[in-house]
Amino acid sequence: MSFGSFVIRRLGASLIVLVGVSILIFGIARVIPGDPARIALGPTATPEMVEQLRDRLHLNESLPIQYWEFVKGVGGGDLGISLYTNRAVTTDLAQFFAATFELVLVAAFLMVVIGVPLGVLAARYRDGPIDNLARIISLLGVVTPSFVWAIFLMLLFAFLLGILPTAGRLSESAVVPASVTGMMLIDSILAGEWATLWNAAIHIILPATALSLSGIGQAARLTRANVAEAYSSQYIEMARAYAYSERSIAMKYALRPAMIPTLTILGLDFAAMLGNAFLVEAVFAWPGMARYGVQTILHKDINGIVGTVLVIATFFLIVNMIIDVVVSYLNPRIRLAARA
Amino acid sequence: MPPLLEIENLHLKFKLYEGVSHVLNGVSLSVERGTRVAIVGESGCGKSVTARIILGLLQQRNATISGAIRFDGEEMLKNGRQLQRRLRGRRISMIFQDPSAALNPVFTVGDQLTTAIMRGGRAKKRKEAYVLAREALLQVHITDPERVLQSYPFQLSGGLNQRILITMALVNRPDLVLADEPGTALDVTVQEQTLRLMKNLTQEAGAAVLLITHNLGVVREFAHRVYVMYAGSIVEEADVATLFRDPQHPYTRALIAAVPRLTGAGLPKAIEGVVPDYTEPPVGCRFHPRCGFARPECKTKPPVADLGGGHRVACVLSQGIEPKELVDG
Amino acid sequence: MWIFGSRAWYKFSRNPLSVVGLGIVVVIVLAAAFAPFVTPYPQHARAFVDFANASLAPSSTYLLGTDVIGRDVLTRIIFGYRVSLMLGVVVLTIAVPIGVGLGLLAGYFGTRTETVIMRITDVFLAIPPLVLALAIMGFLEPTLMNAMIAVAAMWWPWYTRLVYNITRSLRHEGYVIAAEVVGASHLHMLLREILPNALPSILTKMTLDLGFVILIASSLSFLGLGVQPPTPDLGSMVAKGADYLPDIWWFPVFPGLAILVIVLGFNLLGDGLRDMLDVDF
Repeated sequence: MSFGSFVIRRLGASLIVLVGVSILIFGIARVIPGDPARIALGPTATPEMVEQLRDRLHLNESLPIQYWEFVKGVGGGDLGISLYTNRAVTTDLAQFFAATFELVLVAAFLMVVIGVPLGVLAARYRDGPIDNLARIISLLGVVTPSFVWAIFLMLLFAFLLGILPTAGRLSESAVVPASVTGMMLIDSILAGEWATLWNAAIHIILPATALSLSGIGQAARLTRANVAEAYSSQYIEMARAYAYSERSIAMKYALRPAMIPTLTILGLDFAAMLGNAFLVEAVFAWPGMARYGVQTILHKDINGIVGTVLVIATFFLIVNMIIDVVVSYLNPRIRLAARA
Repeated sequence: MPPLLEIENLHLKFKLYEGVSHVLNGVSLSVERGTRVAIVGESGCGKSVTARIILGLLQQRNATISGAIRFDGEEMLKNGRQLQRRLRGRRISMIFQDPSAALNPVFTVGDQLTTAIMRGGRAKKRKEAYVLAREALLQVHITDPERVLQSYPFQLSGGLNQRILITMALVNRPDLVLADEPGTALDVTVQEQTLRLMKNLTQEAGAAVLLITHNLGVVREFAHRVYVMYAGSIVEEADVATLFRDPQHPYTRALIAAVPRLTGAGLPKAIEGVVPDYTEPPVGCRFHPRCGFARPECKTKPPVADLGGGHRVACVLSQGIEPKELVDG
Repeated sequence: MWIFGSRAWYKFSRNPLSVVGLGIVVVIVLAAAFAPFVTPYPQHARAFVDFANASLAPSSTYLLGTDVIGRDVLTRIIFGYRVSLMLGVVVLTIAVPIGVGLGLLAGYFGTRTETVIMRITDVFLAIPPLVLALAIMGFLEPTLMNAMIAVAAMWWPWYTRLVYNITRSLRHEGYVIAAEVVGASHLHMLLREILPNALPSILTKMTLDLGFVILIASSLSFLGLGVQPPTPDLGSMVAKGADYLPDIWWFPVFPGLAILVIVLGFNLLGDGLRDMLDVDF
């Protein structure tokens, strides 16, 4: 089996899980007691209005037929009409996805570039001041809800120091670049709008930090544990016996074996980040998919909720797949076994 | 000319929550140039830790080391890490016990071997190191060095990995090879091959070997000189022939009795009891609770008797008290 | 007391942070249990308005200040802990037996049972944690009970996975096989041979999770999808207070810190238990 077909098999497994997710979320939407149409319209709606909506949502059909209709829709790129915005859910999600994508990407970037080196340093200088600092950061990162971080950061940097904005992706005065990727940082680079790039950067800094802190904590904790384990292994002792430099041990010979288990679990922290985006976007009025998701939930918008959850689960599965491929590439046992 | 390696009154203590663990209790030994010396003792008696101290590999913060280690006349403990680092892999190398644990699982053999060569100063560029690595592997009778260099340790057999460890230890032409139970993790045949290979190659290279083992039988084939270690102290030392002909310490006798034999009468006799706890070791001779000949005097520090010809033993029995019981022991 | 002399206590207390965690948890649980007696203004726990004392900064009368309708923030935090603790315990009481039961079955019987259960678990785990609870709340009325159901629904798969892994590794232990050979029933095997060995891991995870359940539940109520006013709840207090930043900063900040402290307490306690019970997961 080649590495390529290994990837394809992994893709197949993810697709099966995705079908499961669609059944689950569809089931939740349909099986929970209470009439979704009635809940959506509220107690003041007339029975006729409810009946009309039930028809529109195919709620009068049998469950398998409803699911089939739903799958057909998804296959054709149709997630139904949002009861909250009255637009196609796909249109809504397309509009809001990029903002969330950008936010989560920056947060994940922070998680890796701060959390992993912090963990490596903590393991290298075990029980020293850096280790203690990393321990405190990890602990606080992990036990503080991201909305509390969001509020603390906002209070400190936006209100107290007044150096960063409190809400949105851009100031009103900023030149909005032509939308290519939907990601403000990249679009403003593509448009050569450097003032806008700066503006977008100072807007994303607080929400992305609030979102990444628990991930940074987890990443540092995990990396430290795994690097420390590598450090106590015989192969590092042997590397020392053959005068490998401490630097190359830390950055290469201990890090790579340690990254294999670390990366696998970082996927879970990424999932937590997607969930926490709902909270952080709410605090910073970030016009993303998660904020849209909260609105659909508050408005009992059945199609909106199902659509948002499906897109988020797909996103998570894709990221997990990428991680799996990277991990199996890093681990010669898997890479070569797949080739054999 | 001073001996190549000289250890004098080495003590090692670990500070633990339960108290101070006194792991090495005044170890002294020396290795002459080009000779093969063995340290023998049960597992947990402090042999491996001695080898690690020589190279400065003991990382625990709670460890205190005292005494002196001189390599080629230079004091290693006082001059500290710098000197040890300079010697590592160049003049002193080490063969670890378990090749599957000692080789990094996610790097190729080639990467690890060439790095060792470059760190040892024998090559500047990876390419030059690769050529040397190739030659060195041929010397340990590896017929397809190219494939081996490109392989990861898990793709190779235990015996092959063991030979890679030997290659790594000898490739930089060190003066001293520390060998910690080489091949013990593998089966007996591979273990024997390993020792034979090491003996031949070090002899050719003129390198001295400090072999650490729990098996006296191995020592007979391999070493010139033996130190018998029990619970952090050297209890007896002699050249190999003398030790087997005239063992003095009851512990040495017990070890000899425990050697598996193909010929001769009786099964190997296991030594009863276990190596003591180091936080509260027995007072005096640490072996006395397990010793069949223990007497009240054993509770004081045993004097060292020099029997001539480099044969020394630390036991009250060799101080003029005729060990009658020993005759039929 | 006998416990302080025991080996278990020694292992637990070797890390002073574990003792700090235990202290935090004990203080919070006691304060919450006796909230009507230890809080300065117990009547503020429910609907109560006192505009004369609204939005007061922390002072000796109101240690953590008052909210925008004049209620003592400290009192409401302590009563909020009551709700949080109750919620955490109920969620785990629902989620743990389900998760542990399924994990035992999957790990013990293997074959088709294993495939079905573990695939279902995978599906639940493929939806980011908070998102599943949010989606469920989307179809339910925002009440305390429903919030607990939603959080329990996203929590059980973690126990299934944990217990499944333990059961699988125990399955091949000598003493388990021995019991099987002498003809022990499946029920005996599961409850007497396997479950007791999984218990230390389960207990440790439950302690850690008590904090994380409280964290997730406070996230739900922060979004307005959990406990409804006037019931005091930490997440809702932060949400409400956030509207009054930065002037009335104490209104969101102290409840936010309160969440941090209780999660921290359970986290440290859980880590201590992990050391004490020698479990690893």
